[in-house]
Amino acid sequence: MTAAPVIKARGLNLTFQTNDGPVHALKDIDLDIEKGDFVSFIGPSGCGKTTFLRCIAALETPTGGELSVNGMSAEEARKARSYGYVFQAAGLYPWRTIAGNVKLPLEIMGYTKDEQAKRVEKVLSLVDLEGFGKKFPWQLSGGMQQRASIARALAFDAEILLMDEPFGALDEIVRDKLNEELLKLWSATNKTIGFVTHSIPEAVYLSTKIVVMSPRPGRIHEVIESTLPRGPRPLDIRDSEEFLQIAHRVREGLRAGHAYDE
Amino acid sequence: MKMVAPVLTVLAAIILLWYGATVWLNSQWTYDQAARAGQEVSFSEVVVDTMNQKRPVLPAPHQVAEGLWQGVFGQKFTSKRSLVFHGWITLSATLAGFALGTGLGILLAVGITHSRAMDLSVMPWAIASQTIPILAIAPMVIVVLASLGITGLLPKAIIAAYLSFFPVLVGMVKGLRAPDHMQLDLLKTYNASQGATFWKLRLPSSMPYLFASLKVGVAASLVGTIVAELPAGATRGLGARLLSGSYYGQTVQIWSALFAAAALAAILVVVVGIIEQITLKRMGMVR
Ligand SMILES: Nc1ncnc2c1ncn2[C@@H]1O[C@H](COP(=O)(O)OP(=O)(O)OP(=O)(O)O)[C@@H](O)[C@H]1O
Ligand SMILES: [Mg+2]
Repeated sequence: MTAAPVIKARGLNLTFQTNDGPVHALKDIDLDIEKGDFVSFIGPSGCGKTTFLRCIAALETPTGGELSVNGMSAEEARKARSYGYVFQAAGLYPWRTIAGNVKLPLEIMGYTKDEQAKRVEKVLSLVDLEGFGKKFPWQLSGGMQQRASIARALAFDAEILLMDEPFGALDEIVRDKLNEELLKLWSATNKTIGFVTHSIPEAVYLSTKIVVMSPRPGRIHEVIESTLPRGPRPLDIRDSEEFLQIAHRVREGLRAGHAYDE
Repeated sequence: MKMVAPVLTVLAAIILLWYGATVWLNSQWTYDQAARAGQEVSFSEVVVDTMNQKRPVLPAPHQVAEGLWQGVFGQKFTSKRSLVFHGWITLSATLAGFALGTGLGILLAVGITHSRAMDLSVMPWAIASQTIPILAIAPMVIVVLASLGITGLLPKAIIAAYLSFFPVLVGMVKGLRAPDHMQLDLLKTYNASQGATFWKLRLPSSMPYLFASLKVGVAASLVGTIVAELPAGATRGLGARLLSGSYYGQTVQIWSALFAAAALAAILVVVVGIIEQITLKRMGMVR
């Protein structure tokens, strides 16, 4: 690795002050994410995956440690509009059409009308939603709405894509399809992606790097580098020996991480 | 169409009850008259008489209906006795006050949602303003403004605005605060300015809340205008009509004016409702 990491965390800590006392959501997180990496975060509920992603996006402020994004602080990177964030729910604005929703960041960032139209068309076809631009969100299925929200995050040129369980609510088949599309998209754009999931196969299928986290306090238990080829992968790679081995390691990691509790 | 039968049933029941009450309340006068003349009256004679007294305690429905018909179609619209004339006077002040109150309510709501200081300082006063009975404050406003030479529409509009700004303020504050954390965080990841957040998220989110409170506000405006027409001196408007009716014991006139006011209120609320439907439909918020 020659270039500096895009995301670099050193001794990152975050404690929420709640009415029931402090909650140590992140403890001593050390992590490097290189440019073009596809990093999945996996771990039991409440282990701080969302919180870490929100720290990177400067939606949460760490209470200790260092975090740099593109060599800047997370806050500066946010102001430089370095990332697209895909939330767990699609969160489309009901009063905007699909095209209007995708256009939202472009309007805010001051793109010209021509440029807006061009980009909307491009990203909608990227997520397989050509022809749905004029529909309102409630006229689309949940999976289509989620794709629209991904299109919205892709519409502007963010180098980093942060996705918090974007496919959590979808059925297996739609999920497979979106996973495949996401991989294609990623290899076509060379973006850096941080991806939260609860699904071991999803993490292994998508990632170049899998971060296994453990709860109370939330910390990184293990970082597994994938040996699967980079770039678009066929869905049936999931039946390969190599895939199953990595999945096994992730499962072991999750189990061992959980054992801290007992 | 399914709604017609129950509505008609309720209406029929009300009219029946009303006729009953008419007989009951007006019979005293009939008996008194008969006693003075030394006559005996049968029950059926009493019933007939109670339906057609000149100054009944409670006019019968058909008397009010006739009063309304006479008031609306019985003379030129410009006549001093026309309900259309008085209705228009009241309506114009109501609309002016409603516009004023809505503008003020929205402005204050925007201020309150953007400034903590305004939230702390304005809201208590707004609430306090609504605890003062309008009947107490209306005559004072009218008198003070009259002494400054301001009469006619404006004082009434101010009272109407005083009543209508509050529901708009409360609804709008709620609406502007309706966006959830995720929607706000999304804009944060775009590094959106406060202005962009307002125009692209807060304002559109508030529309359903705004319209709900506009319906309350427009009715409140009408009440405010009528109350403002009550203090002595007013000769124009439905409120003045109510008052002069009660001076001269013209109960039919009072009830006709009351029904005219109720009809006006209903029309105003329905119009706001139609605008709401159209707006929300255009915004894609109605399926
Ligand atoms: N705003 C907050 N205030 C207080 N505590 C919080 C806040 N956000 C998260 N937490 C706590 O921090 C811990 C980590 O939460 P986080 O949402 O990051 O978990 P997660 O790994 O994303 O879980 P899940 O898989 O269920 O989404 C939890 O114990 C949670 O209760
Ligand atoms: Mg989460």
